[in-house]
Amino acid sequence: MGNPFRRPAGRPADRDPRLPPGQYDTGSSFPVLTAEVTPRLDTATWTFRIDGLVAEPRTWTWAEITALPGSRYDGDIHCVTTWSKLGTSFRGVSVDQLLAAVEVQAQATHVVAWSHTGYTTNLPLADVTDGKAWVAWEHEGHPLPVEHGGPARLLVPHLYFWKSAKWVAGLRLLDHDEPGFWETRGYHDRGDPWLEQRYAGD
Amino acid sequence: MTDTPTDLPDLPPLPSIGPVGRRPPAGGPKQPWQQATVVSVVPQTERMTAFGLFLPKGRVHVPGQHIVVRLTAPDGYSAQRSYSIASAPTDGRHVELLVERLDDGEVSGYLHAEVRVGDRLAVRGPFGGWFVWNGRSPALLVGGGSGVAPLVSMLRYHRAAALTVPLHLLVSVRSPADLPYAAEYGAQTTIVYTRIAPDGADRPAGRLDAATLRPLLIPDATVYVCGSGGFAEATSQLLVDLGVPAAGIRVERYGPTS
Repeated sequence: MGNPFRRPAGRPADRDPRLPPGQYDTGSSFPVLTAEVTPRLDTATWTFRIDGLVAEPRTWTWAEITALPGSRYDGDIHCVTTWSKLGTSFRGVSVDQLLAAVEVQAQATHVVAWSHTGYTTNLPLADVTDGKAWVAWEHEGHPLPVEHGGPARLLVPHLYFWKSAKWVAGLRLLDHDEPGFWETRGYHDRGDPWLEQRYAGD
Repeated sequence: MTDTPTDLPDLPPLPSIGPVGRRPPAGGPKQPWQQATVVSVVPQTERMTAFGLFLPKGRVHVPGQHIVVRLTAPDGYSAQRSYSIASAPTDGRHVELLVERLDDGEVSGYLHAEVRVGDRLAVRGPFGGWFVWNGRSPALLVGGGSGVAPLVSMLRYHRAAALTVPLHLLVSVRSPADLPYAAEYGAQTTIVYTRIAPDGADRPAGRLDAATLRPLLIPDATVYVCGSGGFAEATSQLLVDLGVPAAGIRVERYGPTS
């Protein structure tokens, strides 16, 4: 080997405590990484549905969901490809608020989020309740761009960002875990960045 | 997790992507880090180099999969990045990664500047279960620049296994000097030069367009698009405009775009 690998001059020696292990600060950029064709969605026909183990399934239109009391997330997001975006913000509605409207049945333990593209991702119910998850349609004060999941995406910022399904279409409440798109293709079932749960078995 | 999942027969099925079975068992064994030995370093273009690695505990890869490379500094600082495997599947212990040197790329820059035959690198993998091709269905491969790497693995596999299923590779580069694996194209391949075409090229330099792509479409093929964010976005939308169903297009994007 020639010279040993060194920390680049641009990276501070004191690691930002907001960075989980193995992550780097992507700064002002917001990389786009998707496995699918960017869909062409129209808020005039867009819907968001919650069904499964609920008292009454419900579908919201764009006008209905954006009329709900808003909620904001200020903080960090972490992509499994090793970038983190620190100190960013999103606005939308909290998943708690949406779940309250459908009355979750007691035996529900997990959710599957799905997208208008067909993408799916699974989450324990506890990871989308108590102020930990949103359906978000604004990023840093602007409408969420389509390449970042607009008109609206799921936002679960304490887990790797593949859990924050772009182009989200709904949540299904289940009494078991139902691994989703990446979770059946080698990625970790839960994806906690602080535990570096990137791949299956991590 | 509860023991007996409840059936919910009155619900519409969740939509699915693509024709592959979506419910293989989740999880699997942890893939530990291992020390690979660099066995070859072959420059492909001014910015792209192919690194041949020997993985003592390697696993046979599926064309399209990637390997994670981790560098660690003496002070403990480390950085890891994923690189597509460009070689055809072998015994699982020999893989070739195509690495493009990015401006400010801390890992790619180091690999290009410092790594020589005989050096050791910490690696994990192979990984990836979506942008993969098992050789059993028709495939149209469309790569931009170094995004051709996983597609070269597919092309090489098709040739090495003498497969008869239809496959065609299109690679888009700025100029002849930017074309990796230049000696390996020919039949089954189309090269698009976006800025400078070589003398005698049957197509003038210019961005990939519908007229170039349309005659290459293969009925019922899965289309694999790999490249920068801009290339992947433009190409995948072009394919949709040409009538290719979105569910039949698999995309791999790399690098920041904004």
